[in-house]
Amino acid sequence: MSIRHGLLALLSQGPRYGYQLRAEFESSTGSTWPLNIGQVYSTLSRLERDDLITRVGADEEGRFVYRITPDGEQDVRRWFATPIIRSDRPRDELAIKLAMAVTTPGVDVAQVVQTQRTATLRSLQDLTRLKADAPSVPTEQGDRAWRLVLESMIFRAEAEVRWLDHCESYMARTEHAAPSASAAAPTEADRAAARPVEGEARR
Amino acid sequence: MSLLTLRDVSRDHGAGPGLVHALRGVTLHVAAGEFVAVMGPSGSGKSTMLTLAGGLDTPTSGQVIVAGTDLGALGRAGRSALRRRFVGYLFQDLNLIPSLTATENVMLPRELDGVRARRARREARDALAEVGVEDLADRFPDEMSGGQQQRVAIARALVGDRRLVLADEPTGALDSHTGEDVMRVLRARCDAGASCLMVTHESRHAAWADRVVFLRDGRIVDGTLGRSGPEALLQEAP
Repeated sequence: MSIRHGLLALLSQGPRYGYQLRAEFESSTGSTWPLNIGQVYSTLSRLERDDLITRVGADEEGRFVYRITPDGEQDVRRWFATPIIRSDRPRDELAIKLAMAVTTPGVDVAQVVQTQRTATLRSLQDLTRLKADAPSVPTEQGDRAWRLVLESMIFRAEAEVRWLDHCESYMARTEHAAPSASAAAPTEADRAAARPVEGEARR
Repeated sequence: MSLLTLRDVSRDHGAGPGLVHALRGVTLHVAAGEFVAVMGPSGSGKSTMLTLAGGLDTPTSGQVIVAGTDLGALGRAGRSALRRRFVGYLFQDLNLIPSLTATENVMLPRELDGVRARRARREARDALAEVGVEDLADRFPDEMSGGQQQRVAIARALVGDRRLVLADEPTGALDSHTGEDVMRVLRARCDAGASCLMVTHESRHAAWADRVVFLRDGRIVDGTLGRSGPEALLQEAP
């Protein structure tokens, strides 16, 4: 899981306090995934249980410093070396929604697609504003890390819009083959694209 | 103030069974300093909209108003004068003239306007400086990278008093990094008061605009709200 490995990766750079870990995790991801301190400590106690980190001393307020163990180091290396498997990711609600939309009578699929596309573009605009405001040449490591996280979200939003475009033209193209509940009219371009297929069918 | 207004604009091509409604009753305002992106599938009317906005074509019905002047009320000569004075074009293929330097390329539209060479040269230098390529002033297009050429093309589109930039896939031929540079320049120009209407199929580039409108079958079907203006403020209120 990302919090666990994120904290381990930070500890592999040297011993840290819990509150330090939280601050560094958030700054390198541009506060995209805010952590509460409870999450940090519960993750740390699991890491300690698994012998991946150990406590070394405390300050006068009783706050512990955590240090990574050799097993922990190994775990982080393995994490960096192993690709993330797609099935590790949560189910995509949007894909499920569209799959349901095409099979549920009375749902205007084109409208579902358009509503989503506008919303996704709006968040893409917000992300782009963040990018526009950030210095184009990063001044510190944290800026670089944040920029990469930001780009990841931009690419994902962009991919979503492209997928929605694809869904729209696919729906329009296949509508005459399998009449659906949708009332969407195919665009001229889609009709043009559909023509060779019809030609083949006649042959 | 609206620098560009399309009011209930339709454009038909052909007749009889070959009749195509390229644009159907489109209304759009682009305010001074506003950056508007147009997206839509091919054949949705994006390019038609741009050529109408620039006075390169006339609508079948409806009005196109640029800087307060109804293009329909002007003759051919009047239209082209207005076009030269107010409108800059930015295309995917940059159309820089290979035998002219960057400065000379940017000067050219001003000289066509009848501006004296000395003044046109000064304006060209200013325009190049504004897009950050003043050091390329004496280079020829083949001595520049694609991104640098596109900046020169932007300078040419903005030179003089041209406050409306019409861009048709302006990043098409560029890699993504250079494409982003172009978006930054357009964004900065709009923040400085120019208006831009840009057609693109890249959502990553459209996202630099204040507002994105979606065309489909010649109609505006949806759009994101602009970031300024009373509606946007209301929208953002909790």
